[in-house]
Amino acid sequence: MATAAHAPDHHDDHAPGFVSRWLFSTNHKDIGTLYIIFSLVAALVGVGLSLIMRLELMQPGLQFFSDGQMWNAYVSAHGLIMVFFVIMPALIGGFGNWFVPIMIGAPDMAFPRLNNISFWLLVPAFMLLTASLFVGGGAGAGWTIYPPLSDDTYQTGPAMDMALFSLHLAGASSILGAANFITTIFNMRAPGMTFHKMPLFVWSMLVTAFLLLLAVPVLGGAITMLITDRNFGTAFFDPAGGGDPVLFQHLFWFFGHPEVYIMILPGFGIVSHVISTFCKKPIFGYLGMAYAMVAIGVVGFIVWAHHMFQSGIDVDTRAYFMAATMVIAVPTGIKIFSWIATMWGGSMDLKTPMLFAIGFVFLFTVGGVTGVVLANAGITQVLHNTYYVVAHFHYVLSLGAVFTIYCGFYYWIGKMSGHQYPEFWGKVHFWLTFVGVNLTFFPMHFLGNQGMPRRYPDYPDALAGWNMVVSIGSFISVASFLLFFYVVYRTFKSPVNVVANPWGEGATTLEWQVSSPPPFHTFEELPHIR
Amino acid sequence: MLLATLLLAAGPALAADGEMTGAPVPWGMGLQQAGGVLKRTIHDFNELVFWIIVVITVFVAGLLLWVVYRYSAAKNPVPSRTSHHSLLEVAWTVVPVLILIVIAIPSFRLIYYEDRARDADFTINVQGRQWYWHYAYPDQGNFSFDSYAVADADLQPGQLRNLTVDNPLVVPVGATVRVITTGHDVIHSFFIPSLGVQRYAIPGRALETWFQVDRAGTFYGQCNQICGTNHWFMPIMVRAVPKPEFDAWVAQAQARFAQGQAPGYPEPAPVAVASAAR
Repeated sequence: MATAAHAPDHHDDHAPGFVSRWLFSTNHKDIGTLYIIFSLVAALVGVGLSLIMRLELMQPGLQFFSDGQMWNAYVSAHGLIMVFFVIMPALIGGFGNWFVPIMIGAPDMAFPRLNNISFWLLVPAFMLLTASLFVGGGAGAGWTIYPPLSDDTYQTGPAMDMALFSLHLAGASSILGAANFITTIFNMRAPGMTFHKMPLFVWSMLVTAFLLLLAVPVLGGAITMLITDRNFGTAFFDPAGGGDPVLFQHLFWFFGHPEVYIMILPGFGIVSHVISTFCKKPIFGYLGMAYAMVAIGVVGFIVWAHHMFQSGIDVDTRAYFMAATMVIAVPTGIKIFSWIATMWGGSMDLKTPMLFAIGFVFLFTVGGVTGVVLANAGITQVLHNTYYVVAHFHYVLSLGAVFTIYCGFYYWIGKMSGHQYPEFWGKVHFWLTFVGVNLTFFPMHFLGNQGMPRRYPDYPDALAGWNMVVSIGSFISVASFLLFFYVVYRTFKSPVNVVANPWGEGATTLEWQVSSPPPFHTFEELPHIR
Repeated sequence: MLLATLLLAAGPALAADGEMTGAPVPWGMGLQQAGGVLKRTIHDFNELVFWIIVVITVFVAGLLLWVVYRYSAAKNPVPSRTSHHSLLEVAWTVVPVLILIVIAIPSFRLIYYEDRARDADFTINVQGRQWYWHYAYPDQGNFSFDSYAVADADLQPGQLRNLTVDNPLVVPVGATVRVITTGHDVIHSFFIPSLGVQRYAIPGRALETWFQVDRAGTFYGQCNQICGTNHWFMPIMVRAVPKPEFDAWVAQAQARFAQGQAPGYPEPAPVAVASAAR
């Protein structure tokens, strides 16, 4: 299928020194590694913020925060960091960079220097966003940054401008990365690697890249208008000047809804590979799986106003967006059942990546069915903006997308580094995470049903019980996150001894044909796909 | 299924004198109890969707547990190579569509019912401001007043922290009330869970919604769209009283408005709110 591995000294003359390798990287694997490290650092900040928030919410009254503005800034930064600097870099920049070229039999990405700047744009973006927490009162308008609250009248000082510029940089990074992935996948597939033979992870990255390319520029336009409203006297979103605050909501969610699929689609790809590998079975309904992702991507662009059911959009429009939103449940259902069908009849090896994959399928189902509830505008009249929504999107993202990151990490760390993770500690990490996140996020459904609004640092006393449970769950989750660093430490302390294919007959994609870690340019000669 | 039963809204918990309190309850899991016809309609539909999602979740969980048990490497050392089954694939596409249709039909009916009041008895203008509510009664002489949260230090015994206001919104029991929301500065959201009503209050726009309270009591809500530093401290409090008491309160409010004063609570003062603090 592919060329055989070769001696490591073969490519030494290509390997640059530390500075040119890590600061001026053009190698997709090195850039992928940088992305993963970056994501872990950002996750420490994002998780740290959520820990402080849960300490505050552990009991009624204000204990740690002196006022609501600082609270709002923390909530906003937590959301933006997790979305733009943790989940996206890990899944797209990290695993995408690492494995898309290898899986299609390409020596590297199409535009290596573009790839490099995609990464390095993220670093100042993250620094700007983090710094905005320490400037004035911070940028406290929620991650959705709705004007007028995000206007200069209500968020004075440079903090909000820093956050907006951070989003611009992160957005540019994403657009460049997306163009790179599309070009790579379209033009650099090895001979014989037709679209219908492409591994599902590559399919997922292709769809994700198209979503990024079409959605992020709309965000760019919206925040550019917001920046000129703030600084140059325009009134795009200011009703006093003839502007419209609801226009921003349309623009934001035209980006924001595809964005949530951007965060989960790569995970779909990873989970498909892991389930197929550890059940020693080809993926069930391959074409259905691929086109379900395409369908999710396409329909994902025409459902945005379901985030705006309380914004006064016309009832007929609500009816349309409600119906379109429910349609997404169909391709998602196809994926869930195809994963189960892949496991059916398999010979399942419950290694850590497989545990995370099964955990993902279940938790994503829970997050998916609560999404069906929320699709109904009639019910969101009492659930919109409550903790029910918080529970829903943490089930699909914090449990869904993050589980797929862990899934990919355990699946590929041996391939990426040559060091295998410790199986026992991996399983401990899974179970601690599973218990912690469920204890954190499941009671949030109850809080939402009881009407607790999101972005509140204090709440009516009757809600104290469940908030205490949620906080205890979050402490367990944080402990499990720290345990993950111990797993990483143990992994890299172990000797380099991973063979080309440690998972056996189920692992059929090209990355398992090359050595662990793969040679600098992966393939000495182009592999031929039969 | 005990959990599921708990998750659904509990029956009305009435105070000794028959007044209802629409507020969260300790360890509550389901929706807040309904104080009006709008919310009861939402409950009926929510119950349908709830059971559907419970069945789907249990079904998926059951399948996962079964495959983990039955198709472990120990029990099934030789994996099958099956990767297609047309009938199955058609089934898991068509069945979800049918389930969605079952959900969608009552859902459409619900949103058109919720949309706006037919034959409203009167209108209340609601304006969200940083960080209080401004209410106006255009059909009762167009008096208006501000409604501020009561600080912790000023709470009377039995009043609910973060939910009690100085001048509640007062409506007669049984009346259909049209609500027009606007925003004064930033976007707020007028949200009363027990009455099933929510609408953003957006600067430069007037949005319409409605509610009806069909029993006497006090119904609490909170601002539900991030609006700045005191977002968490601009509650909504609705007193539903019999028509004669409402008329008396309106007369009092008009007189006080002419003198530049806030209307205050309707008589008799609410004593039943203590029941929500159980």
